[in-house]
Amino acid sequence: MKKYVLDLTVKSVEALSAKHVLIKLTSEETLPEMAPGQFVEVRVDNSPSTYLRRPISINLVDYNLNELWLLVAMIGDGTRQLGKLHAGDKLNCLFPLGNGFTMPVDKSEKILLVGGGVGIAPLLHFGCEIRRMGGQPTFLLGARSKSDLLELEYFEKIGRVFVTTEDGSLGEQGFVTNHSILQNEKFSRISTCGPKPMMVSVARYAMSNGIDCEASLENNMACGVGACLCCVEKTTEGHVCVCQEGPVLNIKKLLWQI
Amino acid sequence: MADLNVKINDLVLKNPVMTASGTFGYGIEFADLVPLDELGGIIVKGTTLHAREGNDYPRMAETASGMLNCVGLQNKGVDYFCDHIYPQIKDINTNMIVNVSGNDPESYAECAARIDALDSIPAIELNISCPNVKHGGMSFGVTCDGAASVVKAVRKAYHKTLIVKLSPNVTDITSIARTCEEEGADAVSLINTLMGMAVDIEKREPMLSIRTGGLSGPAVKPVALRMVYDVAHAVNIPVVGLGGISNTSDAIEFLMCGATAIEIGTSNFVDPTVTINVINGINEWLDSHGCKSINEIIGAIKD
Repeated sequence: MKKYVLDLTVKSVEALSAKHVLIKLTSEETLPEMAPGQFVEVRVDNSPSTYLRRPISINLVDYNLNELWLLVAMIGDGTRQLGKLHAGDKLNCLFPLGNGFTMPVDKSEKILLVGGGVGIAPLLHFGCEIRRMGGQPTFLLGARSKSDLLELEYFEKIGRVFVTTEDGSLGEQGFVTNHSILQNEKFSRISTCGPKPMMVSVARYAMSNGIDCEASLENNMACGVGACLCCVEKTTEGHVCVCQEGPVLNIKKLLWQI
Repeated sequence: MADLNVKINDLVLKNPVMTASGTFGYGIEFADLVPLDELGGIIVKGTTLHAREGNDYPRMAETASGMLNCVGLQNKGVDYFCDHIYPQIKDINTNMIVNVSGNDPESYAECAARIDALDSIPAIELNISCPNVKHGGMSFGVTCDGAASVVKAVRKAYHKTLIVKLSPNVTDITSIARTCEEEGADAVSLINTLMGMAVDIEKREPMLSIRTGGLSGPAVKPVALRMVYDVAHAVNIPVVGLGGISNTSDAIEFLMCGATAIEIGTSNFVDPTVTINVINGINEWLDSHGCKSINEIIGAIKD
């Protein structure tokens, strides 16, 4: 998939929580196809302590509106600067990068999309693509509390949504791997993105139940195109570059699920 | 439009701008973003005789105006390079130069000899300065005897243009450069990264898996510039300057300090098109200053 480096225009910046913003971008040119699970490296301007680009998952691509959505967790100086963008600002983006989730073979394939925290971001795009091919995605989203669940209304528009919260404020209480949907329904594949402990639990569940599973990793990266080899993950095939061979990897390749 | 051609030994560069090893992969990673044949040269990823897994993750920490890395020369070895990478890059219309590393003079020489046989690789850059490997790498680059042993062995095995990349982590870089010249190097390139460290204060532990790493990016530019200036006055072979170059002005500073060519490294991560912008910028600068040739500014600093 061809890579681009473009100045995209900010259409809107919406605060979803105290620490999360949804940035909607557009371009004068037609945005290229982007696979679910791919990411964008954004250049952070006007932040003296920030040197490198920031990798951000593609949250959604609305091809009709020519919009690219980025869900940003403001956790450091760079991402906080992104939260200060305004409509009309330009954001230099290098995209689409990496390999995304494996698309369903056909619309009847039953895939469970498990997300936590800001890791829900690529699952919205994935769900939309499943929907676009006529399938019905099932989401299982986890958070500490109801207020930490982001973009719930968007997920509910495109598929079935099941929720767990650690404090029980919404959905079933506990972690995603405790949710009753896992006992009540059979899935042919699980795709997950979120905090590493959550993905490790999901991967173990998938392995022990013989379910194919892909996880989207969030390793610390620099170049985003497989040139610097900084973001490697140790796998059964040695060190692989998460930005190039990932960020989505089959858990059978990963060493941390064992 | 000024003449941008420069020469390193018998290697002709269409312009003085090359990409630094380890920051541009094998070039093909940037093919969508950069017209590769417009570059003066591409110095590809560090290559060793045998495959290396590199260091554990985490390998990178961002710093003020730069970054630390401890990749540790991860690569699949020279045979893999010859069989799988070379066919993909041999027709790129620029100077494809391979950065070569080793554990001892013999492994450097054997790796270089394999690359000598590749028609479309006109030069190697000998890395005696990688700070992120325990054996070999920088240990050869910090003493004159160490540098001499590697350059001498490689010079016997390698017959094309030999550039030796120097470490800044030394007391006197000019003595190392002179040694390389005496042992038959055709050029020296400098600087490799500066040894550094970063700490995660919440975990109270180093941010890199092997504690220390190499600092690169704009933060190192003044150090690199000073060393290029010193070495250019100390040797008679061409000097290739690198270290924190991120725009046209930076590049011209290095050229004026005596660099015949320059390499752009870490800036490729922030602006993938930086090399092309710098080539165009040098051209415009020369035109606007009435220069007919790039050679008018190489070493043109007024002392």
